[in-house]
Amino acid sequence: MNLDFTQMTPYIPYMLEGIWVTLKFVAVALLIGALIGTILALFKISGPAPLRAFAVAYTSIFRGTPLILQLMLIYFAVPQLTGYDITPFLSAITAFGLNSAAYISEIIRAGIQAVDKGQVEAAQALGVPYRAMMKDIILPQAFKNILPALMNEVITLTKESALVSTIGYLDLMRRAQVVGASMYRQFEPLLFVGLIYWVLVMILTLIGRKIERRLKASDIR
Amino acid sequence: MISVKGLIKSFGDLEVLKGISTEVAAGQVIAVIGPSGSGKSTFLRCLNKLEEPTGGTVEIAGFNITDKKADIRAARQEIGMVFQHFHLFPHLTVLGNLTYAPMKVKGETKAQAEEKARTLLKRVGLSEKADSYPASLSGGQKQRVAIARALAMEPKLMLFDEPTSALDPEMVKEVLDVMKDLAKSGMTMIVVTHEMGFAREVADRVLFLDQGKLVEEGTPDEFFGNPKTDRARDFLEKVL
Repeated sequence: MNLDFTQMTPYIPYMLEGIWVTLKFVAVALLIGALIGTILALFKISGPAPLRAFAVAYTSIFRGTPLILQLMLIYFAVPQLTGYDITPFLSAITAFGLNSAAYISEIIRAGIQAVDKGQVEAAQALGVPYRAMMKDIILPQAFKNILPALMNEVITLTKESALVSTIGYLDLMRRAQVVGASMYRQFEPLLFVGLIYWVLVMILTLIGRKIERRLKASDIR
Repeated sequence: MISVKGLIKSFGDLEVLKGISTEVAAGQVIAVIGPSGSGKSTFLRCLNKLEEPTGGTVEIAGFNITDKKADIRAARQEIGMVFQHFHLFPHLTVLGNLTYAPMKVKGETKAQAEEKARTLLKRVGLSEKADSYPASLSGGQKQRVAIARALAMEPKLMLFDEPTSALDPEMVKEVLDVMKDLAKSGMTMIVVTHEMGFAREVADRVLFLDQGKLVEEGTPDEFFGNPKTDRARDFLEKVL
């Protein structure tokens, strides 16, 4: 057994810093994804035909090609085509944001459409205006349908974020590789950041469950 | 209160209502009966434009809702509706269900709306359920809350779309009792129903629909005692 974690000790703060780098870019990408995803979902549900077609094509392209390909395209194509030297961070949030928008739009669309049509009719029959109906009646119920899938997307994004190590962005994963190269020992740092990813995902899972339980208050018999 | 002339409703090629005309005066209770697929529910849903009529005119509660310029939201505030499957708002408490529309649509204050809601809950016998969520109620209780929710808008008339069809048999009576009480108070009511007992006892007039046509109408005594058409006779033989 040739395992020695002691050599790694001086590098630990460097690797821990990667947590914030990873979380920062995941959070920004998620925000972009949620924003564009919501707009795409509304296009799909109630947009005019051209916008609906655009949203469907968008989703098809971003779900139908590998994320790492999208990341590489943005990172390498932008400088080649425009001369603008795009940073790894900007490439990362663009690729991950645009990609998760496609998934989130499907999650939101399904969530809204899963709300019983009777809810719309009940609100209409009471004379409730469209906006108020969406805000107070439909979306709160849709959110409950959406949350588990959305939490899943956050977790996926957190794990997939390791892909940005391929364009030299110094996230958790990349830092493990850097440390591994300078110690000539790959296994320990990889194991170390693996543990960190797992803890991050567990924390996200717990948060998701907690919110879900609070939203379920109205289901308790 | 209601004047329907030549009402036609088609879904694509399928003509569901084939020219229905009738009048309802204020304070009347009308039972709409007929075999399934006869268009009863569609007829009712055309009265508050949950279905868009294809042809004919509907005047209701002072609004000509088949006029393109009609303020349909204003009309709907005057027309209470009770659904077969209740459609309570599951994320709001019983009190929240009753106060939401009066506050949001009519601009009542919370205090006003809640006071009225509690009076209505007392009337339907559910005072102690004000803070419960719909999921914790029985079917009969849900439907009584749904009736109270519609009444909270202080409508001029009430539409009931098979209000007891989704209920367990032992819960039918509690809902019918609330409806009888409402009828006695002078509310104008249009009730699509399979409850012949209710139609006979409470209705001022029975409309019999079959295959999208108003085949027969009359007082319950006339209709149940001496139906004029073969189709009504056939139907009554099957259900009574």
